[in-house]
Amino acid sequence: MSKEKKVKKPKGKLGKLEKREARAGYLFIAPWLIGVILFMLYPLAQSFYYMWYNIRITPLGTKFIPVGTGNFTQIWLENPEFPKQIVTYLWQTIVQVPIIVVFALMIAMMLNGKIRFKGFFRLIFFLPVIIVSGPVMNMLVDQEAASIPAMNIQSITAAFGTFLPQSAAESVGEIFSNMIMILWYSGVQILIFLSALQKIDPALYEAAKIDGGSKWECFWKITLPTIKPMILLNAVYSVIFMSSNEQNELINMIQRAMFSGTKEKGYGYASAMAWMYSLVVTLVVLVFFLLLGSKKDVYDRQVKKRKRAMKKEARLVKKIERRGIRNVKKLEKARKKRKYRTYTGESDY
Amino acid sequence: MKATIKSKFTKEKLHRFVFGSKEKEGAGKQIIVYGLLICIGFIYLYPILYMISTSFMNRDDLLDTSVKWIPSALYIQNYIDAAKSLDFWSSIGKGIAIAGLPTILNVITCMFIGYGFATFNFKGKKFFMGLLIFSYILPSQVTMIPTYVLYNDMGILGSLWTFVLPAMFGNGLNSPIFILIFYQFFRQVPKVLLEAAHIDGAGYFKSFVRIAIPSAAPAILTVFLFSFVWYWNESYLTEMYVRGLSTHSDWTNLVIQLKNFDMSFNTLAQVGDTATNLNESVRMAATSLSILPLLVMYFILQRYFIESIDRTGITGE
Repeated sequence: MSKEKKVKKPKGKLGKLEKREARAGYLFIAPWLIGVILFMLYPLAQSFYYMWYNIRITPLGTKFIPVGTGNFTQIWLENPEFPKQIVTYLWQTIVQVPIIVVFALMIAMMLNGKIRFKGFFRLIFFLPVIIVSGPVMNMLVDQEAASIPAMNIQSITAAFGTFLPQSAAESVGEIFSNMIMILWYSGVQILIFLSALQKIDPALYEAAKIDGGSKWECFWKITLPTIKPMILLNAVYSVIFMSSNEQNELINMIQRAMFSGTKEKGYGYASAMAWMYSLVVTLVVLVFFLLLGSKKDVYDRQVKKRKRAMKKEARLVKKIERRGIRNVKKLEKARKKRKYRTYTGESDY
Repeated sequence: MKATIKSKFTKEKLHRFVFGSKEKEGAGKQIIVYGLLICIGFIYLYPILYMISTSFMNRDDLLDTSVKWIPSALYIQNYIDAAKSLDFWSSIGKGIAIAGLPTILNVITCMFIGYGFATFNFKGKKFFMGLLIFSYILPSQVTMIPTYVLYNDMGILGSLWTFVLPAMFGNGLNSPIFILIFYQFFRQVPKVLLEAAHIDGAGYFKSFVRIAIPSAAPAILTVFLFSFVWYWNESYLTEMYVRGLSTHSDWTNLVIQLKNFDMSFNTLAQVGDTATNLNESVRMAATSLSILPLLVMYFILQRYFIESIDRTGITGE
């Protein structure tokens, strides 16, 4: 990618070959483009349209009754469930995603060493990916098979409740009670980390060792910066996975609202909910992007800074030059004028 | 004097034994690592073990507090009853159809699209990539309602078309991930190969079929496996579109059957077809039955699952 960038293409019309290539590219992604328009952009726009209406399905056809912001006021002010669930969702993702990522990283680091039965352990840690589906998880949670035995959840919740707000303490308690499930969600992440760790050049570690770096320092200075993009990837993956998982009460709520026969609910109401929900999810992803987004490394940044400074200097030089030329011209003009005047004056003498 | 030196010496030795030296990992560290791995591995397996052990218990065992893990007798009636109310064999067949067909389409179209993104330069490529990632981040709930209406208008609600159609256009379940996998993979195919093919007179499509596809076997396998598993485990959208929440067509898979297990079991029990009452053993038996097909598949194809992420090079080179 970077190589391509360095070669500056002359701007202007595309050549014949390039044109043909571009056409082929469009042809190859054409199905996706159609799909995106048909199954994403169009529904997105339509649900945006829906959410300002109360939609009723009558035997005569669907009726659209404009309600303005009525759906929103109803969701936020009259029905206490949605705001509550949103808050719980936020707390859960904020707490669970870091747990998942850190846990996955830990396991991956342990598996990355010289370990016997590595394949066996990987087999176990990847197993949940195969099994996790909403109903199976619901069954297991109902039977309390998802909590670590001999863990007193009530006391943990109470302990957290002393210094955290109620909703936060509750979600922390829930996390402890469903600890296994959170660990179960990290199967793919472990593999991603593992394969990233294996691709780190061992020469880096050797060089660090020769320079007297301890393992602790190696981890912070080499491992972590190298796999930082993977951390972001895993965090985003976890967020998306958790927000589309059936364990998430919110998406079930949206479905229920969609098919509920009551007067005020229905497609419009559900659309409004879904829009707000997706806004929240996007915001959470954005927050993780901002937190973990790859800043260029120090060297790159300095190079960029220097380049910028040089550009600025060049511009300044040019400016001065231009001003100089202008000044010279002005001076000449003035001198000419004066010369003329003086000349005339002299001749007058 | 001598004694202190000696004791120091042994201390050092002990230190080296426990914490290891530069060449060798210390025994202490190894014990900790293995201990942690085994503990966490057990925690990982705990729900499954619990499920299996509970599923073989009869009612007396469930009530008996002295029976914790090992049931007093292998009680298979649970499984028989659970299979009956899950409608096991027909659900498996339908589940394979529901997961398999969209998966095959997913593989084909995502390969196409990924190749298009990876090899060609065209205007707006960056924008389209951004759109691709955005379509992954966007929860499906927001597009769900109009899509449902659309399917309803098209009259395909409650049929397999509702999954096939989006998959055909590269918008199936988790398609963005698969497109990205193929994109990453095809970027590693040397351009020289494709150029050579062009010089020899192959068109874009031909070079795709002849060069890119044969080299993409690992990516194809990965996408196939993941797509299959995800489609198999999807209950929310399947219940909504393929089954049709209001129409209730015959399409179903094991996961949906499990979701509605209590109800179907009770109706069966009223007819008098079952030998046991609804209890947690039966539920656990049903759960084990519903994950059984994928477990079998996993243990047969475990190598491909585990190495999948390595092979596709999604973590970069």
